[in-house]
Amino acid sequence: MTLFLAALAVMTAGGAACLLVGRRPAVSLLGASTCTLASAAALTAAVRGMASGRTEDLLLPWPIPFGSFHVGLDGLSAFFVLVIALICPLAAIYGVSYLKPQREKKNLGGTWFFFNLLTVSMLLVVTARDAVLFLMAWEVMALTSFFLVMFEGERAETVEAGWTYLIATHLGTAFLLAMFVLLSGSGASMDFTRLQAASPAAAGACFLLALVGFGTKAGFVPLHVWLPQAHPAAPSHVSAVMSGVMIKTGIYGLLRALTFLGPPQLWWGWTLVGIGAVSGILGVLLALAQHDLKRLLAYHSVENIGIITLGIGLGLVGITSGDPAMAALGMLGGILHVLNHAVFKGLLFLGAGSILHATGSRNIEQLGGLIRRMGTTGATFLIGSAAISGLPPLNGFVSEFLIYAGAFGSLAGRPGAGAAALPALIVILALAMIGGLAAACFAKAFGIAFLGEPRSAHAEGAHEAPIGMRLPMIVLAALCVGIGVLGALAVTAAAPAAAVLLPTVDVLSQVRRVQLWLGTVSAGAVLLLVLAAGLAALRRRLLSGRTIGRTVTWDCGYTAPTARMQYTASSFASPLLGSFRLILRPDSRVHAPQGMFPAEASLHTQVEDTFERYVFTPAFRRVRNLALRLHWLQAGPNQLYVLYVAMAILVLLVWKLR
Amino acid sequence: MPFASIINILLALLLAPLLPGVINRVKAFFAGRRGQPLLQPYHDILKLLRKGAVYSRTTSWVFRAGPVLGLAAAMVSLTVLPLGGTPAVLAFPGDLLLFAYMLGLMRFVTMTAALDTGSAFEGMGASREAWFSMLAEPALLLGLAALAVHTGSFSLSGMLDGLALVEIGGPGAPLLLLVAVAFGIVLLTENARIPVDDPNTHLELTMIHEVMVLDHGGVDFGFIQYAACLKLWALAALLTGVLLPPLSGMRPADMALGVALILAVAVMVGVIESVMARLKLLRVPQLLVAASVLSVLALALVLR
Repeated sequence: MTLFLAALAVMTAGGAACLLVGRRPAVSLLGASTCTLASAAALTAAVRGMASGRTEDLLLPWPIPFGSFHVGLDGLSAFFVLVIALICPLAAIYGVSYLKPQREKKNLGGTWFFFNLLTVSMLLVVTARDAVLFLMAWEVMALTSFFLVMFEGERAETVEAGWTYLIATHLGTAFLLAMFVLLSGSGASMDFTRLQAASPAAAGACFLLALVGFGTKAGFVPLHVWLPQAHPAAPSHVSAVMSGVMIKTGIYGLLRALTFLGPPQLWWGWTLVGIGAVSGILGVLLALAQHDLKRLLAYHSVENIGIITLGIGLGLVGITSGDPAMAALGMLGGILHVLNHAVFKGLLFLGAGSILHATGSRNIEQLGGLIRRMGTTGATFLIGSAAISGLPPLNGFVSEFLIYAGAFGSLAGRPGAGAAALPALIVILALAMIGGLAAACFAKAFGIAFLGEPRSAHAEGAHEAPIGMRLPMIVLAALCVGIGVLGALAVTAAAPAAAVLLPTVDVLSQVRRVQLWLGTVSAGAVLLLVLAAGLAALRRRLLSGRTIGRTVTWDCGYTAPTARMQYTASSFASPLLGSFRLILRPDSRVHAPQGMFPAEASLHTQVEDTFERYVFTPAFRRVRNLALRLHWLQAGPNQLYVLYVAMAILVLLVWKLR
Repeated sequence: MPFASIINILLALLLAPLLPGVINRVKAFFAGRRGQPLLQPYHDILKLLRKGAVYSRTTSWVFRAGPVLGLAAAMVSLTVLPLGGTPAVLAFPGDLLLFAYMLGLMRFVTMTAALDTGSAFEGMGASREAWFSMLAEPALLLGLAALAVHTGSFSLSGMLDGLALVEIGGPGAPLLLLVAVAFGIVLLTENARIPVDDPNTHLELTMIHEVMVLDHGGVDFGFIQYAACLKLWALAALLTGVLLPPLSGMRPADMALGVALILAVAVMVGVIESVMARLKLLRVPQLLVAASVLSVLALALVLR
């Protein structure tokens, strides 16, 4: 615990020092090195806590009403500390080179201050054991990330994204506030150990409040609308942290809230499975419709949060239906996917950052052929793409395997189970659809951006990222492969967290059981790699000494193809989106060719976020209209405001004296 | 791991190219032609392996890695498949996921290799492949879920072994029939056969699988052809596993039966290709959704 607190102190001090150093060139190094150093310490503390299995606790008096400085490190906290302390320093190292071009224009001291403070606040969120401390850290996290999103505040869309984010996160916090008040009852302390639901009905209400409050941060559909706006607007290494790590604090919050609420009720698990399926499928569909690479990745975060939620939901259903295997496997899969998603989404956002750095464009329709100009970025992005599509032998497959296995295991040999089998079936159906769609989406994103011929001068002149940006990507790609091949080992990291959530289940024996399966999966993964290496050697052997010609791509004999003749991302996604047009409602403007000698023709398609368009925009317009009706209250003269103050005091006096 | 499981894989590796040969002979029979020799696919693959290569200047290492990884994935998918009552080399609960996702990996590398050429045709093929396989995936996994409920196992070996005990005409028969039809549609889709795709079409615009490998040649194309044979074998083995009649208990006889059934699937594919035309492209999703519906129906039967 001392080590952990020292890490927090070092990181905060480093951030503050950055603010003082300000515009000097050393500021990036200072910020990143303190972040890395402190994260290493936090990581050590987390791993030590996991290995020892002990719960560490520290309570300091604090002169704040209701509050105390109470932090603890149990299995659940340690797991999330691990995720945060793994990704944030890598993003920080990346940020040093990434922000270099901005050094002349901007004061980077503030950026690094907010970055370090964001990391500190996330670490505090997942270790706080007092509601007041938790909410303060939560708020610091929201504000620091808001300022990081506003880094390019001179652009109108960034400002809009920032405001949307700020409003969304505060609406979410309001629900959390209500939840904590409800949980603390009439007690004067908001310590986590005292929080409990008064009755099953209150527990249900608290569950709903947590679902909305934490779900807004995590990006559950339909509360996700801020996410695809805010994440792309931030600098790429911050996007990696926000999408890979920060939204997971919402998952953490939900899981932590579940520990206060007593035994889960039947509908909680069903609700989470439903939300997970909707978030997963809609997230990936909307991602498929995007041409902006960072926006596409942001929608994939919604999808992956959906997968995590499917796992957690399955876990809860398992508890209520008395199926320990289902409970443990679902929970383990959901928790492990938190780590896996952080790794590959961090990797992909850093890759997108490298593209942006090299070409100045996020629009994949403008890119192409980057793999021959940016070899390392391309290779690591491909690994990340396969990992996020859940393909073996990479890490995404391991966590999805656990969730699938939980669902299949609960079904096996239960004929006549009736409607009780529905959650498991929804999980299987959703994961199958998400898998296919994600593979399509990343074949598109990787294929159009990195393969083929460059579609613009920007892509033509692209250059590989500096080593400071390549190194974090290589580390993350190696983690994707490592966790994928050593799945049986990786699942032990999730076990202590699952044990906190499943006090009634013997998690350890379930872990041992599933480790046997994952061991065989590893055998398959190793076999795949060995076979691929062997076949590659065979191919080289066969081709050695033979003539290898080089020519143009076959285009039915047409010998002068241009880059514009290539298939585009929109065309690639078009049939898939067409299958779901009832949900997505794409706008298309067709200017069809006419006459014998058509001069021009055009097709423009665009998919807007269904919920943003049909729910939130009308709702907020109504709120604004309502607010405008009260406009007369705020007419401007100071005398009027003094009158309001006096009236308010008068009313309060009367109320008190009555 | 019994020794016979290794023979399982060896049989697949050796006999898989026979399947397209059988299909072609059946089609020739229906057309009143004599047709190519049964072993023609072997000759084709061997000839391809003896050739040099021509690469498009647009392509990168992704294009060259596609066939290698695809063939490796197809081979790994064979290690989880039982044959004629003999369990697979890697038989464990959840191996069906390894099977489904290895085929997914194969598809993914084929699509990326296709996009690497920068050709509009190959991009179109990749897009269609992604579209159809996305719709086929739920049919396969829900069908497997129905079998899991029915047999009490979610390992392919355990599942299909349990099925051998189900008597024909028994209560499980309708379920198995539904799942088998669903898997049959998945097989035709995944292997790019009529009515989903026509392997004999000569127009790039109308191809799906063939167009994705237009630019591959020589050794690479040999790998692709062989991997396609293995994939056909793997899905045929899954399909026949569902419809396996009661076994004699003698391993060699049972394995021979398994192989015979797989060859029978090839005959069936040939018959389908001979008697019906390819579906309109926009009709294919309906067929695939129908396959998913069959799987759901099977689930409803067994969960009722």
